[in-house]
Amino acid sequence: MLSLSGERLDAKGIVSDKINSIDTLRGSTTVKRGFAHMLKNGVVMDVTTVEQAQIAEEAGAVSVMVLDKLPSEVRKAGGVARTASIRIIEDIMDSVTIPVMAKCRIGHVNEALVLQETDVDMIDESEVLTPADEFHHIWKWDFTTPVVNGARSLAEALRRIEEGASMIRTKGEPGTGNVAEAVTHIKKVNDELRTIKAIYDSGDNQDLVRIAREFKVSYDIVQQTAKLGKLPVVNFAAGGIATPADAAYLMSLGCDGIFVGSGIFNADDAKERARAIVLATTFWNESDKVKEAQKMIDERQSIIGLDVKTLELRMQDRGGSS
Amino acid sequence: MSIDVGVLSIQGDVQENLLSAKAALDELGIDGKVRDVKTPEDISLLDGLIIPGGESTTIGQLSLINGSLKVLKEKIENGMPVLGICAGMIILSNTASDRVVGKTDQPLLNILDIKLERNSFGRQKESFEADISLDSINIPKFNGVFIRAPSVSNIGSDVEILSKFNDRVVAVKKGNVIGTAFHPELTKDISLHKYFINLVKSFKN
Repeated sequence: MLSLSGERLDAKGIVSDKINSIDTLRGSTTVKRGFAHMLKNGVVMDVTTVEQAQIAEEAGAVSVMVLDKLPSEVRKAGGVARTASIRIIEDIMDSVTIPVMAKCRIGHVNEALVLQETDVDMIDESEVLTPADEFHHIWKWDFTTPVVNGARSLAEALRRIEEGASMIRTKGEPGTGNVAEAVTHIKKVNDELRTIKAIYDSGDNQDLVRIAREFKVSYDIVQQTAKLGKLPVVNFAAGGIATPADAAYLMSLGCDGIFVGSGIFNADDAKERARAIVLATTFWNESDKVKEAQKMIDERQSIIGLDVKTLELRMQDRGGSS
Repeated sequence: MSIDVGVLSIQGDVQENLLSAKAALDELGIDGKVRDVKTPEDISLLDGLIIPGGESTTIGQLSLINGSLKVLKEKIENGMPVLGICAGMIILSNTASDRVVGKTDQPLLNILDIKLERNSFGRQKESFEADISLDSINIPKFNGVFIRAPSVSNIGSDVEILSKFNDRVVAVKKGNVIGTAFHPELTKDISLHKYFINLVKSFKN
Protein backbone atom coordinates (compact mmCIF):
# COMPACT_ATOMS: atom_id res chain seq x y z
CA MET A 1 0.00 0.00 0.00
CA LEU A 2 1.13 3.50 -0.83
CA SER A 3 0.61 6.77 0.99
CA LEU A 4 -1.36 9.40 -0.88
CA SER A 5 -0.92 12.01 1.88
CA GLY A 6 -0.64 15.54 0.58
CA GLU A 7 -2.47 14.70 -2.65
CA ARG A 8 -4.41 17.60 -4.18
CA LEU A 9 -7.96 17.06 -5.35
CA ASP A 10 -7.22 18.88 -8.61
CA ALA A 11 -4.37 16.47 -9.36
CA LYS A 12 -6.21 13.31 -10.31
CA GLY A 13 -4.27 12.63 -13.48
CA ILE A 14 -5.63 12.57 -16.99
CA VAL A 15 -8.09 10.19 -18.58
CA SER A 16 -6.69 8.91 -21.81
CA ASP A 17 -8.13 6.81 -24.58
CA LYS A 18 -4.74 6.14 -26.06
CA ILE A 19 -4.88 2.43 -25.35
CA ASN A 20 -7.84 1.43 -27.57
CA SER A 21 -11.12 2.44 -26.01
CA ILE A 22 -11.02 1.45 -22.35
CA ASP A 23 -10.63 4.38 -19.95
CA THR A 24 -7.24 4.53 -18.38
CA LEU A 25 -5.94 7.08 -15.93
CA ARG A 26 -2.42 8.38 -16.51
CA GLY A 27 -0.36 10.75 -14.37
CA SER A 28 -2.35 10.05 -11.18
CA THR A 29 -0.64 10.43 -7.81
CA THR A 30 -0.54 6.62 -7.44
CA VAL A 31 1.07 6.14 -10.84
CA LYS A 32 3.65 8.93 -10.35
CA ARG A 33 4.61 8.14 -6.75
CA GLY A 34 4.39 4.42 -7.53
CA PHE A 35 7.16 4.79 -10.11
CA ALA A 36 9.51 6.10 -7.40
CA HIS A 37 8.57 3.16 -5.17
CA MET A 38 9.94 0.77 -7.83
CA LEU A 39 13.38 2.40 -7.48
CA LYS A 40 13.66 1.66 -3.76
CA ASN A 41 16.86 0.02 -2.48
CA GLY A 42 18.49 0.92 -5.76
CA VAL A 43 21.12 3.22 -7.23
CA VAL A 44 20.45 5.94 -9.82
CA MET A 45 23.63 6.91 -11.70
CA ASP A 46 24.48 10.19 -13.45
CA VAL A 47 25.65 9.54 -17.02
CA THR A 48 26.65 11.70 -19.98
CA THR A 49 26.95 9.13 -22.80
CA VAL A 50 25.34 5.93 -24.13
CA GLU A 51 28.42 3.98 -23.13
CA GLN A 52 28.21 5.17 -19.51
CA ALA A 53 24.47 4.35 -19.43
CA GLN A 54 25.20 0.79 -20.57
CA ILE A 55 27.91 0.41 -17.92
CA ALA A 56 25.38 1.62 -15.32
CA GLU A 57 22.74 -0.86 -16.49
CA GLU A 58 25.20 -3.76 -16.48
CA ALA A 59 26.31 -2.78 -12.98
CA GLY A 60 22.71 -3.13 -11.74
CA ALA A 61 21.62 0.53 -11.55
CA VAL A 62 17.83 0.97 -11.30
CA SER A 63 17.90 4.09 -13.46
CA VAL A 64 20.23 6.57 -15.13
CA MET A 65 20.16 10.37 -14.98
CA VAL A 66 21.32 12.07 -18.17
CA LEU A 67 23.40 15.24 -17.91
CA ASP A 68 25.42 17.25 -20.31
CA LYS A 69 28.30 17.40 -17.80
CA LEU A 70 28.76 15.60 -14.49
CA PRO A 71 28.17 17.90 -11.46
CA SER A 72 31.90 18.24 -10.72
CA GLU A 73 32.47 19.34 -14.33
CA VAL A 74 29.56 21.80 -14.06
CA ARG A 75 31.36 23.29 -11.07
CA LYS A 76 34.64 23.64 -12.99
CA ALA A 77 33.05 24.94 -16.19
CA GLY A 78 31.06 27.73 -14.53
CA GLY A 79 28.62 29.65 -16.74
CA VAL A 80 25.01 28.60 -17.07
CA ALA A 81 24.19 24.90 -16.74
CA ARG A 82 21.05 23.83 -18.64
CA THR A 83 19.14 20.63 -19.42
CA ALA A 84 21.06 17.98 -21.42
CA SER A 85 20.96 17.59 -25.20
CA ILE A 86 17.70 15.94 -26.23
CA ARG A 87 19.45 13.83 -28.87
CA ILE A 88 21.73 12.28 -26.25
CA ILE A 89 18.77 11.61 -23.96
CA GLU A 90 16.93 9.88 -26.82
CA ASP A 91 19.99 7.82 -27.79
CA ILE A 92 20.28 6.63 -24.20
CA MET A 93 16.54 5.81 -24.00
CA ASP A 94 16.96 3.65 -27.12
CA SER A 95 19.90 1.70 -25.70
CA VAL A 96 19.00 0.76 -22.11
CA THR A 97 15.92 -0.97 -20.67
CA ILE A 98 16.06 0.75 -17.26
CA PRO A 99 14.25 4.08 -16.70
CA VAL A 100 15.94 7.25 -17.92
CA MET A 101 15.75 10.54 -15.99
CA ALA A 102 17.00 14.01 -16.89
CA LYS A 103 17.45 17.29 -15.05
CA CYS A 104 15.80 20.64 -15.69
CA ARG A 105 16.57 24.01 -14.10
CA ILE A 106 14.68 25.00 -10.95
CA GLY A 107 11.49 26.81 -11.97
CA HIS A 108 12.03 26.27 -15.70
CA VAL A 109 8.57 25.01 -16.67
CA ASN A 110 9.34 24.73 -20.36
CA GLU A 111 12.55 22.76 -19.95
CA ALA A 112 10.46 20.34 -17.90
CA LEU A 113 7.77 20.25 -20.62
CA VAL A 114 10.45 19.49 -23.22
CA LEU A 115 11.67 16.59 -21.06
CA GLN A 116 8.10 15.33 -20.60
CA GLU A 117 7.58 15.46 -24.36
CA THR A 118 10.90 13.59 -24.83
CA ASP A 119 9.32 10.83 -22.71
CA VAL A 120 11.92 10.64 -19.96
CA ASP A 121 10.65 8.52 -17.06
CA MET A 122 11.31 11.11 -14.35
CA ILE A 123 12.36 14.76 -14.27
CA ASP A 124 14.82 16.08 -11.66
CA GLU A 125 14.21 19.77 -10.92
CA SER A 126 17.80 20.21 -9.86
CA GLU A 127 20.04 22.69 -8.10
CA VAL A 128 22.98 21.27 -10.09
CA LEU A 129 21.74 23.37 -13.01
CA THR A 130 21.51 27.17 -12.85
CA PRO A 131 18.11 28.17 -11.41
CA ALA A 132 15.76 29.86 -13.89
CA ASP A 133 13.46 31.32 -11.24
CA GLU A 134 14.73 32.64 -7.90
CA PHE A 135 11.28 32.64 -6.31
CA HIS A 136 9.28 29.69 -7.62
CA HIS A 137 9.70 26.02 -8.27
CA ILE A 138 7.69 24.27 -10.97
CA TRP A 139 4.05 23.45 -10.17
CA LYS A 140 4.50 19.74 -10.65
CA TRP A 141 0.89 18.59 -10.24
CA ASP A 142 0.29 19.63 -13.87
CA PHE A 143 2.83 17.09 -15.17
CA THR A 144 2.11 13.51 -16.26
CA THR A 145 5.78 12.65 -15.80
CA PRO A 146 6.83 12.37 -12.13
CA VAL A 147 9.30 14.92 -10.76
CA VAL A 148 11.96 14.53 -8.04
CA ASN A 149 13.25 17.49 -6.00
CA GLY A 150 16.15 18.05 -3.63
CA ALA A 151 15.69 19.11 0.01
CA ARG A 152 17.92 19.95 2.97
CA SER A 153 15.21 19.93 5.61
CA LEU A 154 11.70 18.66 6.27
CA ALA A 155 10.32 22.14 5.52
CA GLU A 156 11.90 22.14 2.05
CA ALA A 157 10.77 18.55 1.41
CA LEU A 158 7.15 19.32 2.32
CA ARG A 159 7.15 22.51 0.23
CA ARG A 160 8.26 20.48 -2.76
CA ILE A 161 5.70 17.72 -2.10
CA GLU A 162 3.00 20.37 -1.82
CA GLU A 163 4.04 21.58 -5.28
CA GLY A 164 3.62 18.01 -6.57
CA ALA A 165 7.04 16.36 -6.22
CA SER A 166 6.61 12.57 -6.45
CA MET A 167 9.96 11.85 -4.83
CA ILE A 168 12.49 13.67 -2.64
CA ARG A 169 16.27 13.38 -2.41
CA THR A 170 18.69 15.11 -0.10
CA LYS A 171 20.60 17.91 -1.79
CA GLY A 172 23.99 17.17 -0.25
CA GLU A 173 26.65 19.20 -2.03
CA PRO A 174 26.81 17.93 -5.64
CA GLY A 175 30.09 17.37 -7.45
CA THR A 176 32.27 17.45 -4.35
CA GLY A 177 32.85 13.76 -3.64
CA ASN A 178 32.14 14.77 -0.05
CA VAL A 179 29.27 12.94 1.63
CA ALA A 180 29.11 15.18 4.72
CA GLU A 181 26.32 17.46 3.52
CA ALA A 182 24.08 14.57 2.44
CA VAL A 183 24.57 13.04 5.90
CA THR A 184 23.64 16.34 7.57
CA HIS A 185 20.53 16.73 5.42
CA ILE A 186 19.15 13.24 5.97
CA LYS A 187 19.80 13.46 9.72
CA LYS A 188 18.04 16.81 9.88
CA VAL A 189 15.00 15.48 8.03
CA ASN A 190 14.90 12.42 10.31
CA ASP A 191 15.17 14.56 13.46
CA GLU A 192 12.40 16.86 12.31
CA LEU A 193 10.17 13.89 11.44
CA ARG A 194 10.68 12.50 14.94
CA THR A 195 9.83 15.89 16.44
CA ILE A 196 6.55 16.35 14.56
CA LYS A 197 5.59 12.71 15.20
CA ALA A 198 6.03 13.31 18.92
CA ILE A 199 3.91 16.46 18.72
CA TYR A 200 1.22 14.56 16.81
CA ASP A 201 1.26 11.76 19.37
CA SER A 202 0.89 14.30 22.17
CA GLY A 203 -2.27 15.67 20.50
CA ASP A 204 -1.00 19.27 20.51
CA ASN A 205 -2.61 20.55 17.30
CA GLN A 206 -1.70 24.15 18.08
CA ASP A 207 1.97 23.23 17.94
CA LEU A 208 1.45 21.53 14.55
CA VAL A 209 -0.09 24.79 13.29
CA ARG A 210 3.00 26.64 14.54
CA ILE A 211 5.23 24.16 12.66
CA ALA A 212 3.16 24.60 9.47
CA ARG A 213 3.67 28.39 9.67
CA GLU A 214 7.37 27.96 10.30
CA PHE A 215 7.70 25.51 7.39
CA LYS A 216 5.54 27.70 5.09
CA VAL A 217 3.30 24.75 4.19
CA SER A 218 -0.31 23.81 4.92
CA TYR A 219 -1.41 22.39 8.25
CA ASP A 220 -2.85 19.37 6.43
CA ILE A 221 0.45 18.15 5.03
CA VAL A 222 2.20 18.64 8.40
CA GLN A 223 -0.56 16.75 10.19
CA GLN A 224 -0.57 13.88 7.66
CA THR A 225 3.24 13.58 7.63
CA ALA A 226 3.36 13.71 11.44
CA LYS A 227 0.81 10.91 11.59
CA LEU A 228 2.84 8.78 9.15
CA GLY A 229 6.12 9.55 10.92
CA LYS A 230 7.88 9.59 7.54
CA LEU A 231 7.75 11.48 4.27
CA PRO A 232 4.69 10.54 2.20
CA VAL A 233 6.97 9.97 -0.84
CA VAL A 234 10.13 7.94 -1.46
CA ASN A 235 13.29 9.63 -0.10
CA PHE A 236 16.74 9.03 -1.63
CA ALA A 237 20.20 10.28 -0.64
CA ALA A 238 22.19 12.38 -3.10
CA GLY A 239 25.17 14.71 -3.26
CA GLY A 240 28.80 13.74 -2.79
CA ILE A 241 28.52 9.93 -2.65
CA ALA A 242 31.81 8.47 -3.93
CA THR A 243 32.43 5.02 -2.40
CA PRO A 244 30.51 1.83 -1.50
CA ALA A 245 30.90 2.67 2.20
CA ASP A 246 29.32 6.10 1.59
CA ALA A 247 26.30 4.40 0.01
CA ALA A 248 25.97 1.86 2.83
CA TYR A 249 26.19 4.62 5.46
CA LEU A 250 23.35 6.62 3.88
CA MET A 251 21.19 3.50 3.56
CA SER A 252 21.80 2.84 7.27
CA LEU A 253 20.42 6.32 8.04
CA GLY A 254 17.08 5.23 6.56
CA CYS A 255 17.31 6.48 2.96
CA ASP A 256 15.25 4.52 0.43
CA GLY A 257 18.07 4.50 -2.13
CA ILE A 258 21.01 6.38 -3.60
CA PHE A 259 21.80 8.84 -6.38
CA VAL A 260 25.45 8.90 -7.45
CA GLY A 261 26.60 11.89 -9.47
CA SER A 262 30.24 12.51 -10.22
CA GLY A 263 31.40 9.73 -7.85
CA ILE A 264 31.35 6.98 -10.47
CA PHE A 265 32.19 8.37 -13.89
CA ASN A 266 34.71 10.87 -12.57
CA ALA A 267 36.62 8.06 -10.90
CA ASP A 268 39.23 6.13 -12.87
CA ASP A 269 37.70 2.75 -12.04
CA ALA A 270 34.10 3.55 -13.09
CA LYS A 271 33.02 0.05 -14.09
CA GLU A 272 34.10 -1.69 -10.88
CA ARG A 273 32.97 1.24 -8.77
CA ALA A 274 29.47 1.25 -10.32
CA ARG A 275 29.00 -2.43 -9.47
CA ALA A 276 30.56 -1.99 -6.01
CA ILE A 277 28.22 0.87 -5.07
CA VAL A 278 25.19 -1.20 -6.18
CA LEU A 279 26.37 -4.13 -4.06
CA ALA A 280 26.93 -1.94 -1.00
CA THR A 281 23.48 -0.35 -1.39
CA THR A 282 21.71 -3.71 -1.68
CA PHE A 283 23.61 -5.43 1.13
CA TRP A 284 24.25 -2.33 3.29
CA ASN A 285 23.44 -4.13 6.53
CA GLU A 286 25.83 -7.05 5.91
CA SER A 287 29.24 -5.64 6.78
CA ASP A 288 31.21 -8.46 5.14
CA LYS A 289 29.53 -7.73 1.81
CA VAL A 290 30.13 -3.96 2.14
CA LYS A 291 33.80 -4.73 2.82
CA GLU A 292 33.96 -6.91 -0.31
CA ALA A 293 32.38 -4.06 -2.29
CA GLN A 294 34.81 -1.53 -0.86
CA LYS A 295 37.66 -3.86 -1.80
CA MET A 296 36.57 -3.70 -5.45
CA ILE A 297 37.53 -0.03 -5.66
CA ASP A 298 40.90 1.66 -5.34
CA GLU A 299 40.87 4.77 -3.15
CA ARG A 300 43.70 6.25 -5.22
CA GLN A 301 41.22 6.32 -8.13
CA SER A 302 38.38 8.03 -6.25
CA ILE A 303 37.28 11.52 -7.21
CA ILE A 304 39.65 13.85 -5.31
CA GLY A 305 36.85 15.74 -3.65
CA LEU A 306 36.34 19.23 -2.30
CA ASP A 307 36.00 20.65 1.18
CA VAL A 308 32.52 22.12 1.36
CA LYS A 309 33.68 25.07 3.52
CA THR A 310 35.98 26.38 0.78
CA LEU A 311 33.41 26.31 -2.03
CA GLU A 312 32.55 29.48 -3.87
CA LEU A 313 29.39 27.92 -5.29
CA ARG A 314 27.07 26.17 -2.84
CA MET A 315 24.55 24.44 -5.13
CA GLN A 316 22.47 23.31 -2.15
CA ASP A 317 21.42 26.90 -1.37
CA ARG A 318 19.76 27.23 -4.76
CA GLY A 319 15.97 27.28 -4.51
CA GLY A 320 16.19 26.71 -0.78
CA SER A 321 14.36 29.79 0.41
CA SER A 322 11.29 29.43 -1.82
CA MET B 1 -0.59 -24.45 11.32
CA SER B 2 1.41 -21.25 11.01
CA ILE B 3 2.62 -20.08 7.60
CA ASP B 4 5.85 -18.23 6.86
CA VAL B 5 5.62 -15.77 3.95
CA GLY B 6 8.59 -13.82 2.61
CA VAL B 7 9.03 -10.78 0.41
CA LEU B 8 12.29 -10.84 -1.57
CA SER B 9 14.10 -7.71 -0.39
CA ILE B 10 16.92 -7.38 -2.91
CA GLN B 11 15.43 -4.30 -4.57
CA GLY B 12 12.01 -2.76 -5.21
CA ASP B 13 8.85 -2.01 -3.24
CA VAL B 14 9.32 -4.52 -0.45
CA GLN B 15 7.65 -2.51 2.34
CA GLU B 16 4.42 -2.07 0.38
CA ASN B 17 4.14 -5.84 -0.14
CA LEU B 18 4.88 -6.52 3.53
CA LEU B 19 2.00 -4.19 4.48
CA SER B 20 -0.44 -5.73 1.99
CA ALA B 21 0.49 -9.31 2.91
CA LYS B 22 0.23 -8.58 6.66
CA ALA B 23 -3.17 -6.95 6.15
CA ALA B 24 -4.26 -10.02 4.14
CA LEU B 25 -3.15 -12.41 6.91
CA ASP B 26 -4.99 -10.34 9.54
CA GLU B 27 -8.18 -10.09 7.53
CA LEU B 28 -8.22 -13.82 6.81
CA GLY B 29 -7.41 -14.62 10.44
CA ILE B 30 -4.67 -17.02 9.33
CA ASP B 31 -1.86 -17.73 11.75
CA GLY B 32 1.47 -16.78 10.26
CA LYS B 33 4.15 -14.20 9.72
CA VAL B 34 5.36 -12.02 6.86
CA ARG B 35 9.00 -10.94 6.66
CA ASP B 36 11.55 -9.59 4.26
CA VAL B 37 14.08 -12.15 3.01
CA LYS B 38 17.37 -11.65 1.21
CA THR B 39 19.72 -14.56 1.81
CA PRO B 40 19.46 -18.21 0.62
CA GLU B 41 19.15 -19.27 4.29
CA ASP B 42 16.15 -16.98 4.88
CA ILE B 43 14.47 -18.22 1.70
CA SER B 44 15.00 -21.90 2.44
CA LEU B 45 12.59 -21.75 5.42
CA LEU B 46 9.66 -20.12 3.60
CA ASP B 47 6.20 -21.48 2.77
CA GLY B 48 5.52 -18.76 0.21
CA LEU B 49 7.32 -15.89 -1.47
CA ILE B 50 6.45 -12.58 -3.13
CA ILE B 51 8.92 -11.17 -5.67
CA PRO B 52 8.07 -7.46 -5.64
CA GLY B 53 8.06 -4.80 -8.31
CA GLY B 54 11.33 -3.05 -9.09
CA GLU B 55 13.93 -3.30 -11.82
CA SER B 56 14.12 -6.88 -13.09
CA THR B 57 17.72 -6.51 -14.29
CA THR B 58 18.83 -5.34 -10.82
CA ILE B 59 16.84 -7.94 -8.83
CA GLY B 60 17.96 -10.74 -11.16
CA GLN B 61 21.66 -9.90 -11.15
CA LEU B 62 21.94 -9.36 -7.41
CA SER B 63 19.96 -12.45 -6.40
CA LEU B 64 22.19 -14.42 -8.74
CA ILE B 65 25.30 -13.06 -7.03
CA ASN B 66 24.24 -13.89 -3.47
CA GLY B 67 22.91 -17.35 -4.36
CA SER B 68 19.22 -16.55 -3.73
CA LEU B 69 18.18 -17.23 -7.30
CA LYS B 70 19.29 -20.89 -7.17
CA VAL B 71 17.45 -21.58 -3.90
CA LEU B 72 14.38 -19.78 -5.22
CA LYS B 73 14.24 -21.98 -8.30
CA GLU B 74 14.57 -25.18 -6.26
CA LYS B 75 11.91 -24.10 -3.77
CA ILE B 76 9.41 -23.05 -6.46
CA GLU B 77 9.99 -26.25 -8.46
CA ASN B 78 9.32 -28.19 -5.28
CA GLY B 79 5.93 -26.49 -4.97
CA MET B 80 6.45 -23.32 -2.90
CA PRO B 81 3.80 -20.77 -3.97
CA VAL B 82 5.24 -17.59 -5.45
CA LEU B 83 3.67 -14.30 -6.51
CA GLY B 84 5.80 -12.39 -9.03
CA ILE B 85 4.77 -8.79 -9.53
CA CYS B 86 5.90 -6.86 -12.63
CA ALA B 87 9.70 -7.29 -12.33
CA GLY B 88 8.91 -10.45 -10.33
CA MET B 89 6.89 -11.90 -13.20
CA ILE B 90 9.72 -11.10 -15.62
CA ILE B 91 12.13 -13.04 -13.41
CA LEU B 92 9.77 -16.05 -13.37
CA SER B 93 9.53 -16.12 -17.18
CA ASN B 94 11.73 -17.94 -19.68
CA THR B 95 12.28 -15.11 -22.20
CA ALA B 96 12.20 -11.34 -21.87
CA SER B 97 12.48 -8.81 -24.61
CA ASP B 98 12.27 -5.03 -24.39
CA ARG B 99 9.76 -3.25 -26.66
CA VAL B 100 12.45 -0.85 -27.90
CA VAL B 101 15.85 -2.32 -27.05
CA GLY B 102 15.01 -5.93 -28.02
CA LYS B 103 16.07 -9.18 -26.37
CA THR B 104 17.65 -8.66 -22.98
CA ASP B 105 20.48 -10.63 -21.48
CA GLN B 106 19.32 -10.89 -17.88
CA PRO B 107 19.07 -13.71 -15.31
CA LEU B 108 15.64 -15.40 -15.41
CA LEU B 109 14.25 -18.32 -13.41
CA ASN B 110 12.70 -20.05 -16.45
CA ILE B 111 9.77 -21.34 -14.35
CA LEU B 112 6.80 -20.02 -16.30
CA ASP B 113 6.63 -20.93 -19.97
CA ILE B 114 5.89 -17.38 -21.05
CA LYS B 115 7.65 -14.76 -23.11
CA LEU B 116 7.46 -11.23 -21.75
CA GLU B 117 7.58 -7.94 -23.53
CA ARG B 118 9.15 -5.43 -21.14
CA ASN B 119 7.83 -1.86 -20.99
CA SER B 120 5.03 -3.14 -23.21
CA PHE B 121 2.67 -0.18 -22.74
CA GLY B 122 5.40 2.45 -23.14
CA ARG B 123 7.54 4.55 -20.84
CA GLN B 124 6.51 6.10 -17.52
CA LYS B 125 4.31 8.80 -19.10
CA GLU B 126 2.09 5.99 -20.45
CA SER B 127 1.88 4.25 -17.06
CA PHE B 128 -1.77 4.04 -15.98
CA GLU B 129 -4.48 2.84 -13.65
CA ALA B 130 -7.48 0.93 -15.01
CA ASP B 131 -10.09 -1.51 -13.77
CA ILE B 132 -9.35 -5.10 -14.65
CA SER B 133 -10.93 -8.41 -13.72
CA LEU B 134 -9.59 -11.76 -12.57
CA ASP B 135 -12.84 -13.73 -12.86
CA SER B 136 -11.34 -17.21 -12.63
CA ILE B 137 -10.09 -16.51 -9.09
CA ASN B 138 -13.27 -14.64 -8.07
CA ILE B 139 -11.91 -11.10 -8.23
CA PRO B 140 -14.36 -9.51 -10.69
CA LYS B 141 -13.03 -5.97 -10.31
CA PHE B 142 -9.55 -4.85 -9.36
CA ASN B 143 -7.74 -1.51 -9.60
CA GLY B 144 -4.78 -2.40 -11.81
CA VAL B 145 -1.80 -0.06 -11.42
CA PHE B 146 0.53 -0.52 -14.40
CA ILE B 147 3.97 1.10 -14.09
CA ARG B 148 6.22 0.70 -17.13
CA ALA B 149 4.48 -2.63 -17.14
CA PRO B 150 5.34 -5.74 -19.14
CA SER B 151 2.79 -7.95 -20.88
CA VAL B 152 2.86 -11.61 -21.85
CA SER B 153 3.50 -11.96 -25.59
CA ASN B 154 3.74 -15.76 -25.85
CA ILE B 155 2.19 -18.25 -23.50
CA GLY B 156 2.78 -21.97 -23.01
CA SER B 157 -0.18 -24.37 -23.21
CA ASP B 158 0.04 -25.30 -19.51
CA VAL B 159 -0.18 -21.68 -18.29
CA GLU B 160 -3.60 -20.31 -17.29
CA ILE B 161 -4.58 -16.74 -18.19
CA LEU B 162 -5.98 -14.92 -15.13
CA SER B 163 -6.52 -11.51 -16.70
CA LYS B 164 -6.34 -9.67 -19.97
CA PHE B 165 -6.35 -5.93 -20.57
CA ASN B 166 -7.01 -4.71 -24.08
CA ASP B 167 -6.23 -8.14 -25.51
CA ARG B 168 -2.91 -8.28 -23.71
CA VAL B 169 -2.29 -10.93 -21.06
CA VAL B 170 -1.48 -9.19 -17.75
CA ALA B 171 -1.85 -11.98 -15.17
CA VAL B 172 -1.07 -15.71 -15.36
CA LYS B 173 -1.03 -18.77 -13.14
CA LYS B 174 0.49 -22.21 -13.31
CA GLY B 175 -0.13 -24.35 -10.21
CA ASN B 176 1.78 -22.67 -7.39
CA VAL B 177 3.08 -19.80 -9.50
CA ILE B 178 1.28 -16.48 -10.13
CA GLY B 179 2.56 -13.55 -12.16
CA THR B 180 0.98 -10.10 -12.56
CA ALA B 181 2.04 -7.21 -14.78
CA PHE B 182 0.27 -4.73 -12.46
CA HIS B 183 0.97 -3.78 -8.84
CA PRO B 184 -1.59 -5.10 -6.31
CA GLU B 185 0.64 -3.76 -3.49
CA LEU B 186 0.08 -0.13 -4.53
CA THR B 187 -3.70 -0.18 -4.04
CA LYS B 188 -5.84 -0.43 -0.93
CA ASP B 189 -7.60 -3.54 -2.29
CA ILE B 190 -5.80 -6.55 -0.81
CA SER B 191 -7.89 -9.26 -2.50
CA LEU B 192 -5.04 -10.55 -4.65
CA HIS B 193 -2.71 -10.78 -1.65
CA LYS B 194 -5.52 -12.60 0.19
CA TYR B 195 -5.83 -15.06 -2.69
CA PHE B 196 -2.08 -15.66 -2.54
CA ILE B 197 -2.05 -16.16 1.26
CA ASN B 198 -4.85 -18.73 0.89
CA LEU B 199 -2.83 -20.48 -1.82
CA VAL B 200 0.20 -20.64 0.50
CA LYS B 201 -1.99 -22.11 3.25
CA SER B 202 -3.50 -24.75 0.95
CA PHE B 203 -0.06 -25.83 -0.29
CA LYS B 204 1.21 -26.07 3.28
CA ASN B 205 -1.67 -28.42 4.23
